[in-house]
Amino acid sequence: MAVAVLRMRDLFAAVMLFAIYSLVSASLFAVLDAGDVALTEAAVGAGISTILMLVALSLAPRHEDRGRGRNLTALVVVLVTGATLVYATWDLPPFGAADNPIHQHVAPYYLEESYKDIGIPNVVASVLASYRSIDTLGEVYVIFTAGIGVMMLLGATRKRRRQPADEPIEGEEGE
Amino acid sequence: MKTNGILRVVTRFLIPLIMLFALYIQFHGEYSPGGGFQAGVIFAAAWILFALVFGLDEALAVIPAGAQKVLASVGVMLYSTIGVLGVVLGGQFLEFTPLIPGSPQGAQQAGIVLVELGVGITVAAVVMLIYTLFADRLRVVAESNREEID
Repeated sequence: MAVAVLRMRDLFAAVMLFAIYSLVSASLFAVLDAGDVALTEAAVGAGISTILMLVALSLAPRHEDRGRGRNLTALVVVLVTGATLVYATWDLPPFGAADNPIHQHVAPYYLEESYKDIGIPNVVASVLASYRSIDTLGEVYVIFTAGIGVMMLLGATRKRRRQPADEPIEGEEGE
Repeated sequence: MKTNGILRVVTRFLIPLIMLFALYIQFHGEYSPGGGFQAGVIFAAAWILFALVFGLDEALAVIPAGAQKVLASVGVMLYSTIGVLGVVLGGQFLEFTPLIPGSPQGAQQAGIVLVELGVGITVAAVVMLIYTLFADRLRVVAESNREEID
């Protein structure tokens, strides 16, 4: 699926394939009993990002440009990085084993004590909002900054274009 | 798309349900999968659906661009205020326990609900804002193309 997305020259079809890819990942998360992640992937990955990419696509030409020849340096960099990552996976503990480091650190505390501490059954919510609240605050700042970034990129051009037209009041709400 | 009767009727039927589902995800997130991020995105999706079927102007009449900008800041401010409130009431930054003295569990739950509400408001407003900006830009480009043809 990912290879199909990469090879696709028609960007509209690529966006659609990308949405299907997200939906398949969401079902995979649902099968793995990760309800929160599945919900996020379905809503954000398959839903909103597809819509936003389609809106962006309506501003751009539909077909990708043919690349200018081949870039050998890029190929070497990609191969070396990939080989390093594959080599690193050999040192990872076996998938799903109970004595993996990830299950030894804070995870048992969260699973055992969060109901006593907070009194809500969804551990994901209590980790996200209470134990790891500063992380979530950072994420909200990231989203806010993204909104400001898009506003500066697209809103500013709109103001400049609108001002010669006969709408002087419209331009003021741009800040 | 404004003239398609089936689309209009089905959208009118669907949008309240989507918004209700978003609110359920938002406020039931402590008991079932969900939370501010997902709820915000789903709420914004309902609004975008409205904008797609009935046009951007109609949608902006419901939630103007200015309101989206204000709401995006309100969510971030709500989250940060809760964090600072923990400090003011004698705890650490983003510590919820001092919010309601004597009931650590209740305080935690209140803190989580408020914080998730802040997340939800910001996410919904930012997604709507990004859509508005793109759609508006599209209109400007279309207008300038028309002027060039004239």
